[in-house]
Amino acid sequence: MILAALGPFGDAIDFIFNERESQAGTVRVGGLGEMWELTWTHLQLSIAATLIATAIAMPLGVWLGHIGRFQFLATSISNIGRAIPALGLVVFFIAFLGVGFLNVCVALVLLAIPPIITNSYVGIRGVDPETVDAAAGNGLTGRQVALQVELPMALPTIMAGIRISLVSVIATATIAPLANVDTLGRPIISPNVYGTAGQLAACIVVALVTFGADALFAWFQRAVTPEGIKLAERGRPSGRRLAFLSSKRSMQTS
Amino acid sequence: MLLSIVPLLLGFFVATGLALLAHRYMFLGGFFLFFVSALFTIPSIAFYLILLNVTGRGYATAVVVLTAYTLVLIYRNVSTGLQEVPGDMVDAAEGMGLTRRQILFRVELPMALPTIFAGMRIAASSTVGIAGFAFFAGAGGLGAEIFADPTFRGNVVAASLLMVLLATALEIIVLFIQRAATPWERAVRG
Repeated sequence: MILAALGPFGDAIDFIFNERESQAGTVRVGGLGEMWELTWTHLQLSIAATLIATAIAMPLGVWLGHIGRFQFLATSISNIGRAIPALGLVVFFIAFLGVGFLNVCVALVLLAIPPIITNSYVGIRGVDPETVDAAAGNGLTGRQVALQVELPMALPTIMAGIRISLVSVIATATIAPLANVDTLGRPIISPNVYGTAGQLAACIVVALVTFGADALFAWFQRAVTPEGIKLAERGRPSGRRLAFLSSKRSMQTS
Repeated sequence: MLLSIVPLLLGFFVATGLALLAHRYMFLGGFFLFFVSALFTIPSIAFYLILLNVTGRGYATAVVVLTAYTLVLIYRNVSTGLQEVPGDMVDAAEGMGLTRRQILFRVELPMALPTIFAGMRIAASSTVGIAGFAFFAGAGGLGAEIFADPTFRGNVVAASLLMVLLATALEIIVLFIQRAATPWERAVRG
């Protein structure tokens, strides 16, 4: 068999597709049904956390960028966010607020906020001042400038921030079983039930889910980029790096 | 602590090497960037456990994973740093008769140092955070303290605070190295 030749990896792949007896022999674990259930919870948790974080952080970042103040706040928040360990944050919430979907979700939201705030801020600040002046000169109000000029031009950078958050939230949702939320981390944290095959299988699925989400979001990021920016990029040979460069700049500000 | 510093140094050499290769042979750039970004996307816990089956339990696995994560942060900054060197300067150096190697080491790399160090600082603080999961690979670390008893509050708070402190300390150390390595930066700023 091909799977047998792959050693532990083959066993793990078998675990994903076929259910088997648990280590203690009392329940049946694995198989597509259970893997899908775990993946579904994992996705629900990650998407909910990312959406809430976006709803909080994006307007805040856009507003800060629009009025052009509190730069220190907007950039240092991402530095602090990076220094706080994800494991510590999640466990901290469980220890002080108890277990459950909501508590893990709040912890993940906190984790997802910094990159979105920073990228929104940097994206808005990165809009060509002449374009903003031209819009103001055409009689647009401050709100119109922010929503109709700055926001569309900053979208690629903002989306890059949400993408960073989504990927790290999916990765961190792996430790949600500590709060009794059965995500794909369950087999990873309880190998005494699922066995090492289950542990490895869950790891493979988590990695695939992350790759999938990242690829999907890359496509989405491209789709929401205004035509004008895409055209401008095509004009310059090095223009393709534009979105990436601006997201990198946001990470450098320290 | 050692768990964070070793990957940082390894990552620096590997990433700089890759970036220099990509700088010399342009077509490699896109491939390298895709490769290091893909490594960064893999969730750390999954990465640790998948590697367990290849390299075995312990320190080596953790170092491999943490190094892989620093790669993208450092690589990106080295290559942008090199790209942002003004073309006039390279032309001037060429005009003065410097060879390609001399241009790289005497003009381009020194000019790119601030950007490179910015990448090192980011890598330093994020490595400490990811090292928190290293106990999955059987390499211990502060994360083991947190995970040992998640319901007990004292160790969670203490270990988390220590990790934050460690991350900040490492960033400050890199900042000092940067100031020592680029004395001309201070001269310019006056």
